[in-house]
Amino acid sequence: MANKTALFSLHCQMGGKMVDFGGWEMPLHYGSQKAEHHAVRDEAGMFDVSHMTVVDVRGSDAEDYLRRLLANDVARLKGPGRALYTAMLNEDGGVIDDLIVYAMGTPGSTGQWYRLVVNCATREKDLRWMAEQGARFEVTLTERPELAMIAVQGPRAIEQVRAVVSEAKQRALADLKPFQGASAEGWFLARTGYTGEDGLEIMLPEDEAAGFWQALADAGVAPCGLGARDTLRLEAGLNLYGSDMDESVSPLAANMAWTVAWEPEERDFIGRKALEAQRAAGDQPKLVGLVLEGRGVLRGGQPVIVEGVGEGEITSGSFSPTLGHSVALARVPRATGSEAEVEIRGKRLPVQVVKPCFVRHGEKVYS
Amino acid sequence: MSNIPTELKYVSSHEWIRDEGDGTLTVGITDHAQDLLGDVVFVELPEVGASYAMGDDMGVVESVKAASDIYAPISCEVVAVNEALEDAPETVNSEPYTDGWFFRVKATDAAELENLLDAEAYGALCEAEE
Repeated sequence: MANKTALFSLHCQMGGKMVDFGGWEMPLHYGSQKAEHHAVRDEAGMFDVSHMTVVDVRGSDAEDYLRRLLANDVARLKGPGRALYTAMLNEDGGVIDDLIVYAMGTPGSTGQWYRLVVNCATREKDLRWMAEQGARFEVTLTERPELAMIAVQGPRAIEQVRAVVSEAKQRALADLKPFQGASAEGWFLARTGYTGEDGLEIMLPEDEAAGFWQALADAGVAPCGLGARDTLRLEAGLNLYGSDMDESVSPLAANMAWTVAWEPEERDFIGRKALEAQRAAGDQPKLVGLVLEGRGVLRGGQPVIVEGVGEGEITSGSFSPTLGHSVALARVPRATGSEAEVEIRGKRLPVQVVKPCFVRHGEKVYS
Repeated sequence: MSNIPTELKYVSSHEWIRDEGDGTLTVGITDHAQDLLGDVVFVELPEVGASYAMGDDMGVVESVKAASDIYAPISCEVVAVNEALEDAPETVNSEPYTDGWFFRVKATDAAELENLLDAEAYGALCEAEE
């Protein structure tokens, strides 16, 4: 029996083409994936991301526990509502999941706690791993399935949200910096996202979700499905767990080295020893961006040939609606330069190798 | 429910075939097929003059979501291709049975025409797939 979010019947009413996604019935698109994509780049779009798993971590050891569990360092979260993107690694340095941690309450005080948002497809193994690792800490892990989650993204997203929420919530939004969230009246509004645009990810009680979604729709915010979510995140160079990395892949091979907090040296996070050995050996492949300006579409699984260096593989690829041609993320040998070839249906096509970020705030950013 | 014009013939791989009455047949993909594919972004068409056996790959439709082969609905020789799709591939989504046509062919084995599905049979097939 597929899980349904609090917005299921609204999706159907609004013409959502529903598909199974990690055991959830979610909208793929509401007519045109491309139109939804452009709505987010140009104005504002909204996504139901209630399928994602929210876990609250409380207790006197909450900070110590997360400094052991996560490759990035929650001690860097200075200030209420601050957010951090991080990998959760196994002992071999493989990525169990990627996630966002929010510092809740007042940092440094006894009232401090954390909220984690992890992937839905990895929910069970994540919760099991987190519970195992938590056994020797004074922490309580509480899943929050009763919270719906709506992402509103695009240059006009915040302004659109502000226009339909209560005064208390407007105040919470007033001074929000990027990668920061604030609570109001049982909602948590965070200035984070998965599109490369400004916007919010909002966690709210399930029974308020439909009203909020409808109010945004009435204000002209476009409902967007998983299809647009994927092309937007790909253009922004944001990894998709299960495609661009998994437990067999090091964060150093997934363009996530920047999320590994090596300092302070004495912090013994899970996977640290394995990553240090990899760093010393310098033998990890790298995740790069590929650009195909000619005809054709790069797709996950296509082989990448780097003349004189070796071979790699596309981890995710698609047509980029913003750029009008195809882009991809690919894992290739570390010595790869600025050119490569991709084999599509038996033909080798030349591609540019670039930093894995193609579009930010509506504009092309690679060169 | 997708649109399935009764004057056309179909094959199970979701191409439609229109008899132009001058010995040529026009081929495209059905409304059901374009709906499954989603936004079409490239169409790779065969060369005029090329010959194919029934079931051969004749081209590729790439949508944002996936790549899909276009199969020869019958053994044929290509006499024309819809070059307008190069600049406006989205026509396949908006006008699958008219301006979104793919190519025009001459059948090389007239007997194969008997095997094509009529609208009713094709409609039943789509329903069974759902």
